Amino acid sequence: MTLATRYLGLQLAHPIVVSASPLTSTLDGMRRLEDAGAAAVVMSSLYEEQIRAEDTAYALYTEHGSDSQAEAGSYFPELPDYDSGVSGHLETLRHASEALDIPVIASLNGTTSEGWIGHARGLEQAGAAAIELNIYSVPVDPAINGAEVERRTIEIVRQVKTTVRIPVSVKLVPYFSSIPHVAAELVRAGADGLVLFNRLYAPDIDLATLRVTRSLPLSTAAELPLSLVWIALLSRRVKCSLGASRGVETHVEVVKYLLVGADVVMTTSALLRNGVQHVATMREGLEQWLGENGYDSVDTIRGLKDATHVEDVDALIRAQYVAALTEYLPGKLVQ
Amino acid sequence: MCEECSSWSRCSSSQARALAQKLAAHVGEDLATAILQAPQVTESDFRVQRQRVDAVKARLAGSTDPDAANLLALADFLVRRSVWIVGGDGWAYDIDYGGLDHVIASAKDVNILVLDTEVYSNTGGQASKATPLGASAKFAAAGKTTPRKDLALMAIAYGSVYVAQIAMGANNEQALVAMREAEAYSGPSLILAYSQCIAHGTDMRHGMKQAARAVASGYWPLFRFDPTMRTRGMNPFRLDSPRPRIPLEEYRYNEVRFKALTQTHPDAAKRMLEQSQRGILERYQVYEDLASRDGSRFHPA
Repeated sequence: MTLATRYLGLQLAHPIVVSASPLTSTLDGMRRLEDAGAAAVVMSSLYEEQIRAEDTAYALYTEHGSDSQAEAGSYFPELPDYDSGVSGHLETLRHASEALDIPVIASLNGTTSEGWIGHARGLEQAGAAAIELNIYSVPVDPAINGAEVERRTIEIVRQVKTTVRIPVSVKLVPYFSSIPHVAAELVRAGADGLVLFNRLYAPDIDLATLRVTRSLPLSTAAELPLSLVWIALLSRRVKCSLGASRGVETHVEVVKYLLVGADVVMTTSALLRNGVQHVATMREGLEQWLGENGYDSVDTIRGLKDATHVEDVDALIRAQYVAALTEYLPGKLVQ
Repeated sequence: MCEECSSWSRCSSSQARALAQKLAAHVGEDLATAILQAPQVTESDFRVQRQRVDAVKARLAGSTDPDAANLLALADFLVRRSVWIVGGDGWAYDIDYGGLDHVIASAKDVNILVLDTEVYSNTGGQASKATPLGASAKFAAAGKTTPRKDLALMAIAYGSVYVAQIAMGANNEQALVAMREAEAYSGPSLILAYSQCIAHGTDMRHGMKQAARAVASGYWPLFRFDPTMRTRGMNPFRLDSPRPRIPLEEYRYNEVRFKALTQTHPDAAKRMLEQSQRGILERYQVYEDLASRDGSRFHPA
């Protein structure tokens, strides 16, 4: 029995990877995940806003009032060693890359192609095995059309790829008009892998106070279908690695994602709920399922249920949609 | 400026009182006694005193005696003046500490308000003796390595100085009470007022909230030391803010002067934060001990 898999050109012992989260923000945290049996970790994100906010705040506070009166040209000493916090992140990444035997993938999170992309090189130099670009953007300007949103996303990937030599994956949001087209363009721009999907963190309203509230509900298995169907549709149609994200609670979801063509399956919520040891439980469950069903490796089930096995995918999706709605009987689920 | 009391007004008042005593016969013994001994605390006291001064002026009018002419010129100073000396911490803690000490060591009725920004503000953020341990400032870019001077305790040590530490953002009522008590106290008063500053590197729109954090962390305890309480056998030291209830870090790292050090010298920043936190708790304990003493454990009234 072998659970080995390849993702972004990296050889992994099995397909369960821990995605970027507070669990992966410290060296100790990443060590615990390795000890628990994770195949790889994506370190917590370095945010474009974090970089900008630190720089802006520092400049604002230290330069504010300069040359405003005769007696004082400035109010702060020169601090040539000041660092906006990026080096701390890089230092943690460097230590983790050196200390861990499993690959440490860095995560760079932003939406524009200005200023912050250069930090990709810093991540590479700090020892990242690969970079996961998390381009989380919710377009709200009616003047910006879908093509422009796609162009910007692709441009970021192109720029990062010209900056680093290590593999680069892109974690996508599911809100593109044509996900296959965007996926193909991203691969053309140099993406070595795609991660489907990022979650939309939408605000809520508290009716008692009429305040807009923030919440961060953990992912559940109910979120599986969206990523599942799109990985099935992209599997073997795009020339890159595929990482599955969202709704991974147990080995059941891991198996399903592998069946539709995922190279790795990413999880965080299940570990936040059950503790990091849950990685081992999931891995054991995967191994047991493969054995009980007569498979001797992850490779033998990968893509068994992807869309390449269907002649007319469009027609099938349409037929499933129509059947689901027309055959529904109130109070009774159609099997 | 009088070298003895550092005040034009207090000096003129002293001269006027001396002349009133000297010219008691001319002015009228009863009026002179009343004018010299009258209490001048309430508004009604001041109103009556002004009427007495008018009477003195009327009796001196036309006199050819040089002393009478001098008293006529200074008579308005027989109405007690409110004298406030306002300065920053660079002045009070540092370059003119000797002068400040001289004034509070006197029995003169002057009030001193120190706008304590913990740094030389006007001249561009140089460290003063009020600058706290671990703060970055000019001349201390790598963080000030010594704690700030406890000027309040030094003044309290005299036993005859009204001393208060205030922070409007934390307790504006206490600040007002302290100002009024200082004003009413007939000796020297010293008030240290938490003051935000451009050189703190913080969002000054929220300066009051930051002051409240300074107090909540125990970094800037609020208190009043009123020597008059001893005349009633009471403890003159009253601690007006509760025990520290947030970590010092929560207050400090809203300001670039502290946060900068975590970026430039992270190990030193950590060490200094820990030292400062311990120092604050220890100092609070000192204040708490003072506040819980029996009144007789202080300098006699």
